Amino acid sequence: MNQPVEKPVNILVVGVGGQGTILASELLAMVLMDAGYEVKKSEVHGMAQRGGRVVSHVRFGPCVYAPLIIKGEVDYLVGFELSETLRSMEWLSPDAKVITDTKAILPYTSLVGDASYPFDAIEKITEKGYEPAVIEGESLAEELGEKKTANIVLMGRLARYLPVERKIWENAIRSNFPEKLVDLNLEAFKLGYEAGSA
Amino acid sequence: MKRHLLSGNEAIARGAIEAGASLVTGYPGTPSTEILECYARLGGTNPLWAPNEKIAVEMASGVSFAGHRTLAAMKHVGVNVAADPIFTLAYTGVRGGFVIVTADDPELHSSQNEQDNRRYAHFARIPMLEPANSQEALDYTREAFELSERFDLPFFLRTTTRTSHGKSVVSADEIQVDSGEVVPGLVKDPSKYVMVPSNARPKHLDLEKRVARVEEFAENCKYNRIEMADTSLGVVTSGVSYNYVKEALPEASVLKLGLVFPLPTELIRDFASKVDRLIVVEELEPYLEEWIRIIGISEVEGKSLISRFGEIDTGTVRDAVLGGGKKKPQPVDTEEVPQRPPIMCIGCPHRSIFYLLSKKKTFVAGDIGCYTLAVSPPLSAIHTTVCMGAGVSQAAGIEVVLPEEHGKVVSVIGDSTFLHAGMGGVFNMAYNNIPATVLILDNYTTAMTGRQNHPGSGFDIADNRTRQVDWDLLIRGLGIEHVRLVDAYDIDEMESVLDEEINRDAPSVIVVQGACMLLRNQPVKIEKPYIIDEEVCTDCGICLKLGCPAISRKDASPDEKPVIDASECTGCSHCFQICTFDAIREIE
Repeated sequence: MNQPVEKPVNILVVGVGGQGTILASELLAMVLMDAGYEVKKSEVHGMAQRGGRVVSHVRFGPCVYAPLIIKGEVDYLVGFELSETLRSMEWLSPDAKVITDTKAILPYTSLVGDASYPFDAIEKITEKGYEPAVIEGESLAEELGEKKTANIVLMGRLARYLPVERKIWENAIRSNFPEKLVDLNLEAFKLGYEAGSA
Repeated sequence: MKRHLLSGNEAIARGAIEAGASLVTGYPGTPSTEILECYARLGGTNPLWAPNEKIAVEMASGVSFAGHRTLAAMKHVGVNVAADPIFTLAYTGVRGGFVIVTADDPELHSSQNEQDNRRYAHFARIPMLEPANSQEALDYTREAFELSERFDLPFFLRTTTRTSHGKSVVSADEIQVDSGEVVPGLVKDPSKYVMVPSNARPKHLDLEKRVARVEEFAENCKYNRIEMADTSLGVVTSGVSYNYVKEALPEASVLKLGLVFPLPTELIRDFASKVDRLIVVEELEPYLEEWIRIIGISEVEGKSLISRFGEIDTGTVRDAVLGGGKKKPQPVDTEEVPQRPPIMCIGCPHRSIFYLLSKKKTFVAGDIGCYTLAVSPPLSAIHTTVCMGAGVSQAAGIEVVLPEEHGKVVSVIGDSTFLHAGMGGVFNMAYNNIPATVLILDNYTTAMTGRQNHPGSGFDIADNRTRQVDWDLLIRGLGIEHVRLVDAYDIDEMESVLDEEINRDAPSVIVVQGACMLLRNQPVKIEKPYIIDEEVCTDCGICLKLGCPAISRKDASPDEKPVIDASECTGCSHCFQICTFDAIREIE
């Protein structure tokens, strides 16, 4: 059963342009609407294609006004890229759940050796008192033969924590993807849902 | 009613369809672009990209004069371009309902300024509706056409980035089209449509009468509402700010203004008289606050609490009103994570020309588009950016007053931007015989806003083939004798043409051609990827000066030689061409 929530729940989805974060948060918002909640989702278009940081705010609950989450009040952080997960720490509430991919996409300054990249991000997140659910979304997606479905693998992992029935996700995937991609994305969702420990 | 998850832009497109719009137009610009794209996708009648916002508004005014409903959509700075017709269209009024969408960008997510276009409504005397979410965006848009006809005025609909791009749940039935009562056809009425002084003078008086009627309407319309609660605090707000107020101050009484010009003086006075403390929560300019002071209410707080710069959110409002400070919570320390600015795509045709301009230390008067990204290191080859079309004429001005710098100055402008606002600058150079050089960076699309077709691309909004601007003929026609078309992927050729034209004692234009890497309807040739032979490479670093994200130092270490990521390389060959030591070659 879908569980009622008392106040808005805040989900921040972060990644790098081209990783499919916008598509994933779109599916997430659709699922939450189908589950009967009020939903708001906000992100900025325009720079995403050019390798910049992409941030989607998704909020759901019985009544949601604001399209943006306040810093310090994120309940769930889904990071598609290691350094972007780390960069988003200041948004988290003390009880937040962190889900992060291990994928590293080096920004240009790091690629050419001018700035160091935080390969130890998982340790740093743990040091801050969070127990991140770490997932190798891209490797799992590659098992399916299409690494672009890593975004849906991550949504599968997130789905375990949300008060929404699994079949609502599956129905949303069926109705929102082109027919030939439905099975692939259902598989990706399943891989994420069943991956790792809680 | 069915529930839909719609962005504000999608809701506006749907509203235009439900109101039976006969033509919807605009020029791409974040955050407005998806309005026309979505209107086209939903099968709206006559979705047409215009070459710029002025043409969009003028074409739409023709539609309105013909008795049909119409909408023109643009970003905030687009209204500057269209301001000339807009101000006088307030005088003429309308026949068919006429809606102008201004999508503002507080925080400058993707803009050159963050002007507050509510000022335009007051300045031009054109009523303005401001939705707070997608449901209102749909309802207000649909109803704005009817209001425009009822009051004989164009109507502004103002959004901001969060209302345009934010998605929220909309309850709506199947689309039902109601295109109103106006009978289409030609009407010859010079007193209404010919704004010579003798007609425009009475029309100005008439305009104020029409505005007064809307003012009366504003006092009692559903767009402005009081939500009475605790009377110790009363908040006046509009648009997206309403949402932050409702979450930050759930106990407060609220006057929500959906019609932000003309403002309801009596309703505001009534609200102010019922609350102990009156505050205004609005992004950017003190637009509502100033009006409240003008009508004689001096006990009001606004910009003394809420910043005039950037976006606000629930936290800003809560802290400003309840905390008495503007401090944002910092519950977890920000980590040292390298910045990730947007950069030109791997294989982008624009990279090579900026590499050359950077190498030659040329002063580059720039413009608005993807190529503005060349401002970042290592290219660092954009030295001015003001508005669409500005660079061409800035370089001309510089050439006139600094003739000793001739040969060291160019302007760059994209193909879509050139057709939007660059042509006048070119025949100015020809007419005034200014020996400046313009580089038109032609990637066959409006790339920055997500690849929209334009009159130079040869395709219409539905990707159908259409007539195409002939660059050589066009530019020669503007009076330029020296027009050169060069291939963006041939660096030697480009360099020799650049040297020749930039030093020439006559105006010249070079069209640098290469398809955008993200283009849909032009096949982009992906060649074999390249690799760097570690044995041959001397680590001179020249390839790194391209700023291509497919080329990095091995293991991201400053002590290692450059390597190419073959899985990312598009085989554009820019690096291969500039490598002095033949260390770069195609993968076998």
